[in-house]
Amino acid sequence: MENHSIIKIENLVKSFPVGKGEFIALDNLSLGFEKGEFAGLVGPSGSGKTTLLNIIGSLDTPSKGKVMVLDKSVSELTNRQSAQLRNKHIGFIFQTFNLLPVYNVFENVEFALLLQKMSANERKKAVMDALEWVGLTEKVKSRPSMLSGGECQRVAIARSMVKRPEIVLADEPTANLDSKNSHNILQTMKNLNRELKTTFIFATHDEKVMQYLDRIISLEDGKVSKDEKVKDPKN
Amino acid sequence: MMLALKLAFKNLLGAGLRTWLNVSVLSFAFVLIIFFNGMIDGWNRQGRKDTIAWETGKGQFWHPEYDRYDPYTIQASNGLMSDEILKETESKRLVPILVVQATAFPQGRSLAVILKGIDPMLTVLELPVSVLSSDNGIDYAVIGKRMAEAAKLKVGDKLLIRWRDKNGTFDAREIQIAEVFKCDVPGADNGQIYLSLQTLQEMMELKNHATYLVAGEEFEDRELENWVFRDLDFLLEDFNKIISAKKAGGSIMQIFMLLIALIAIFDTQVLSIFRRQKEIGTYIALGMTRMQVVGIFTVEGGAHSILATILGAMYGIPLFLFLNKVGISFGVGQGMDITLAETIYPYYSIRLIISTILLVVVSATIVSYLPSRKISKMKPTDALKGKLQ
Repeated sequence: MENHSIIKIENLVKSFPVGKGEFIALDNLSLGFEKGEFAGLVGPSGSGKTTLLNIIGSLDTPSKGKVMVLDKSVSELTNRQSAQLRNKHIGFIFQTFNLLPVYNVFENVEFALLLQKMSANERKKAVMDALEWVGLTEKVKSRPSMLSGGECQRVAIARSMVKRPEIVLADEPTANLDSKNSHNILQTMKNLNRELKTTFIFATHDEKVMQYLDRIISLEDGKVSKDEKVKDPKN
Repeated sequence: MMLALKLAFKNLLGAGLRTWLNVSVLSFAFVLIIFFNGMIDGWNRQGRKDTIAWETGKGQFWHPEYDRYDPYTIQASNGLMSDEILKETESKRLVPILVVQATAFPQGRSLAVILKGIDPMLTVLELPVSVLSSDNGIDYAVIGKRMAEAAKLKVGDKLLIRWRDKNGTFDAREIQIAEVFKCDVPGADNGQIYLSLQTLQEMMELKNHATYLVAGEEFEDRELENWVFRDLDFLLEDFNKIISAKKAGGSIMQIFMLLIALIAIFDTQVLSIFRRQKEIGTYIALGMTRMQVVGIFTVEGGAHSILATILGAMYGIPLFLFLNKVGISFGVGQGMDITLAETIYPYYSIRLIISTILLVVVSATIVSYLPSRKISKMKPTDALKGKLQ
């Protein structure tokens, strides 16, 4: 399989003002991700995992350095361009699911498509396909409050995948799930990664997640302390 | 926009009781504004109609010296009617009225009054003065209910009046009250005694003289030499001022009601933005710009007004139709010095309804936008964590 780089990070520095000083979350970090990777950023709290995901997802901008996502420089994008990048090319999965409470399962998954110019029929097909991937076609009318944590996270996965993005960024996706549900959703994501060649990047310190990763990048104090390929990840 | 509206209504209806509380208060303000203005407009229409019917006609020609607010001008402010005018008065298109200052002595008391000589056969005004035409040697007079109450007079009572004729000589005569009429126009009643024009002209030695001429609908608009035309804007100036003052006074209450509703929406918006930070962050993560999210929250707040309009229409329309049919009885109109019917029939114009809807929708949208602007300054990463204070 021919791989090519879809994310390039060079000398990235991200600092936040703290009182009169500043806290350096990412310190001169350089990394690259290739299409179809199932990679994870691991490390203790405060090591910069979520900050890095946010910058890759163009939810935040670098203080210094260069971050290229799908050949676009994140720091040079306008608000509208970064919104378009997120809408069309990047899916997000959050620890707390972040489903919209007044919408049912179908509408939550459909939401990402409402911002794109798609017909209602096309949207319906795409949503039902996404719900089929995560095994939730029976629950299309349910509200998030009627679902278990595992089901909510599967809806979130469907929502992130429905637009067939190149990249999915998952921030501690299993932190609120029990072991069985964690394995279920990880297997679902692994399948999607294999079938659709979507690049998954996790921020995690969950051992269960690490078993599935084919690349583990360890962060410590905003720097890459280790970057290794896993020979035989769990499928 | 359609997406924003769809999302707004989903969120609003999903918010349950809070939405309906805001919508109820706003709809109450909406209905109250229409009700109050409908009342004032109804009063205005009735008042104008009554004043035209009882007092002003479609306009008046005044003697140049006549000033209705200055009693000292009355004695000199009359003039001889030309042949042209007399022809118009004979065909009942103009009603000549001679005004004279006098003193009445009911039950030994003295009372300053205005004597008005009027054609008993007039058709231009609704004054019931035909009784003045009887020719049995008695000088009959007609008064209004207000005057009758002030002078403690009733039909059949005799009353001594004293006046000065054209030469300034005092003269006196006994008249008999032939009719007491009831009308909603105090200007046609308070302190006034109606006599036959011919009788008053003879009392004053002012044959064919009048102080002013009331024009009826059939009078062809034109100028009359030596007489000054006063149109309805001039003649109804005082009434229009009262209506304007009432509207201004009422608008304070309406603004207060609307403010309560708008503050409730503002408060809901502020709370909503604070509580729904993660949702805002999620919208942005899913590909919306911050301004699109501001739009959703603004439309959501503004949509309160659309729901309020619908709710207000549900109970307001039957209520307004009912009030429009039965009217609202005040029962005090006769005792007041302003033109006010005992029963007011509110008038709800399309203009009033549309302008009120616009006022409510625009003001609700503005107060929804003000707190929503905060979203445009939010960092999506902080919003996703719900960290903003």
